[in-house]
Amino acid sequence: MKSLHKRTKNLGHIQGLSRKFSKKISLEVFKRMCISRNFELKVKKAYEEKSVKVPIYLSLGQESVSAAVSVAFPKPYIFAQYRSHDIYLAYGGDPLALADELLSKSSGCSGGMGGSVGIQAPEIGMFGHNGLVGDQVPIAVGFALGTNKKTLAVLGDGAAEEDYVLGALGYAVQRKLPMLFVCFDNNLSILTEVKIRRSWKIAEVARGFGMDAVDIADDPWVIMHHIQKLQKKLPALINVHTVRHLWHTGTGIDGPPEWNRYEMVRGELLRLGYERDVVRIEKAAEVSTTAIWDHALRGLK
Amino acid sequence: MTSAETIREFTRKHLKKGGVVLGQCLTAVGWVGGTVPEMREEDGLIELSISDVSNGGEAVGLALAGRRPIYIVRYQGFQCYNAALIINYAARSKAMWGVPCPVFVRSIGMDGSGPVTGGLHHSIFTRMPGIPVCAPMTPKEYQKAWDHFLSHDDPICVSEHRRAFPINFEMRNSLHRKADLTLLAISATRLEALDALKILEKEGVVCNLIHLFWLKPFVVTKEIKKALASSRYGGLVLDGDFEDGVVKTIAHDINSETGASMHVLGLEERTAGYAPHLDNPAPSAERICETVRKIVRKQTSRKRAMQ
Repeated sequence: MKSLHKRTKNLGHIQGLSRKFSKKISLEVFKRMCISRNFELKVKKAYEEKSVKVPIYLSLGQESVSAAVSVAFPKPYIFAQYRSHDIYLAYGGDPLALADELLSKSSGCSGGMGGSVGIQAPEIGMFGHNGLVGDQVPIAVGFALGTNKKTLAVLGDGAAEEDYVLGALGYAVQRKLPMLFVCFDNNLSILTEVKIRRSWKIAEVARGFGMDAVDIADDPWVIMHHIQKLQKKLPALINVHTVRHLWHTGTGIDGPPEWNRYEMVRGELLRLGYERDVVRIEKAAEVSTTAIWDHALRGLK
Repeated sequence: MTSAETIREFTRKHLKKGGVVLGQCLTAVGWVGGTVPEMREEDGLIELSISDVSNGGEAVGLALAGRRPIYIVRYQGFQCYNAALIINYAARSKAMWGVPCPVFVRSIGMDGSGPVTGGLHHSIFTRMPGIPVCAPMTPKEYQKAWDHFLSHDDPICVSEHRRAFPINFEMRNSLHRKADLTLLAISATRLEALDALKILEKEGVVCNLIHLFWLKPFVVTKEIKKALASSRYGGLVLDGDFEDGVVKTIAHDINSETGASMHVLGLEERTAGYAPHLDNPAPSAERICETVRKIVRKQTSRKRAMQ
C-alpha cells in the first residue's frame, strides 16, 4: 500500500528555529512539558498500584504538542477529547482536581463523572468530552459560531476520519470561524496505523476546504512558529505527528517509542545553554507533582 | 392562531432576543410549513450544510455558547444522524459536568413518505436520560413546550407532525362514566382517534380519549387513572412511531400504576416502501376501530368463557 505519510521526527524542521524564541518562552514550554510528563508518570504508578480504577488515556510522549499550543495559542475556549490530561494541565487546569477525578472523588474536576475521558475546567474555558471520538469538533464549531470567540478544537488522527469532523471543518471555513484545529497524530487508532485506515492527509483535506493547514512533527518550536503565522488567518489546522509512549488505554508499553520528543527538547535546551534552568524546572515539576499525588492519595488506602 | 403561527411567533421573539434558529434549507419554499419567520442570517437564522451528524453537534455548541438554539430537523427519520450528538452530549452535559446545554429540537414528522422521511421517531430520544420529549399538536401545547424550554435548562425534543401546523383549536380529553376502552393518543393519531370515537360510538362501543402531550417523563395522571378505572377492557395507546418504541414504555407504566390491561398500536414493525401498498402509515381511524373491535371481542369472549 502506498503511504502518503512522511512520518518522521523531523517533519517540517526549521534549522535554528529554537534560537528565534526567547529563553523565557522555550523554558515555559519545557516547564509545561515537565508538569504533564511527571503527572502522567504519577497516574501510571497509581493505576498500576490500583489506586486509579477508571480507564485511563495517558498523554505521555505527546506533551510537547499541548505545551507548545498552549503557549502559542493562549486563552482559547477548549474542546478536547479523551486523551487530554496534557491539554488540561498545559492550559492551567488544577492538577489536584484532575488527580481527584482519576481517583473517582467528588472533588474531581468533573465530580468523578468524567474520569480520564471527560475532564473539564470552566476556569480555563475547557469543556468536557463524553467519549464519542471527535464529537468535540462540531461542538466546538457551534460554540465558535455562537460566540465568535477564539476556540481550540483538539482531535486525534482517528477522530480526523469521523464524517462529522470533516463536515464541521468545512462549515468552520464557510463561516470563517476563529478556530484552531490541532490534530495529535500519533499514527495509531489503538494499534491500527493511519496508513491502514486511509490514504489521505487531514492537512490536505483541510486545505481542500479552503483552510490553511500544515503537517509537521511535534517539535514545539515548529508548532509555535506555525501557530504564530496561522492564527492571523483562522480557521486553520495543524496536524502534528507525535508519539504515544503507552497503550491506547492503560499503562502498557509495546516497545521503545518511535522517538522521544521530551529528550530531544531537553537536549536542545542544553545546547542552548539552559542547563541550570532545565534541571531546576525538572526538579520543581517532580516535587510539585509528587506533593499533589501524595495529597490526593492520602486517606485512600 | 394556528400551531404554525404560534411557532413562528415565539421563534420571531426568540430571534429578536438574540436566540438562534438553525437547520437545513430553512429558507426554502414554505419556510418549514410557515413555522419559521422570514428573517435573515443577521437575525440569527442559520442555514446549515447538509452534514446531518455534525449539524447536531453545532447545535450543541451553540447551546453551550448560551444561544438557546432552536434546531430544526425537517424529517424525524433524519434523527438517526441528527440526534447523535444531542442525545450523547446535550442530554448528558448537566449530569456529567453541571453545564446546561439547552437545545430546542424541533423534530418534524409526516406520514406516507417512505422508509426514512415517513413516520415519527421520537423513541430515539426517549431512551436517553436527560432530555424530555413532548408531542404538541395545538397552539397552546406548542406554547407550553416553548415555555417549558425557557423556564428550564435542559435540552428538549419536540416531536412534531405536519398535520399540527394548521390546527387552530385545543383538544380536550373525553371521559365517560362507563367506557369500554380508553384510547391514549400521541401526536397526529389524536386526530384519527377523534374520528374513530365517532365511528365506534355508532357501533355502541364507548371509548374515553386522553391526549398525551408529555412522552418523557411520562406521568400517569389522576385523569388517566380515572379513565382506566372506568374502562371495562383497559387501554390502547396510539403512536406514529414503531410499536416497539416509547408507546410500549407508556403502556407498561400505565399498567404498572393501574393494573389495567394495556394494548398498543403504532407503526408496524417493518420497513415502509414508497409504493402506496407498501407504506407503513400511522394508525388511521379505520385501523384504530378495527383494533378496538378486536380487543372488545377478545375480552368479551374471554369473559363468557370464564362464566
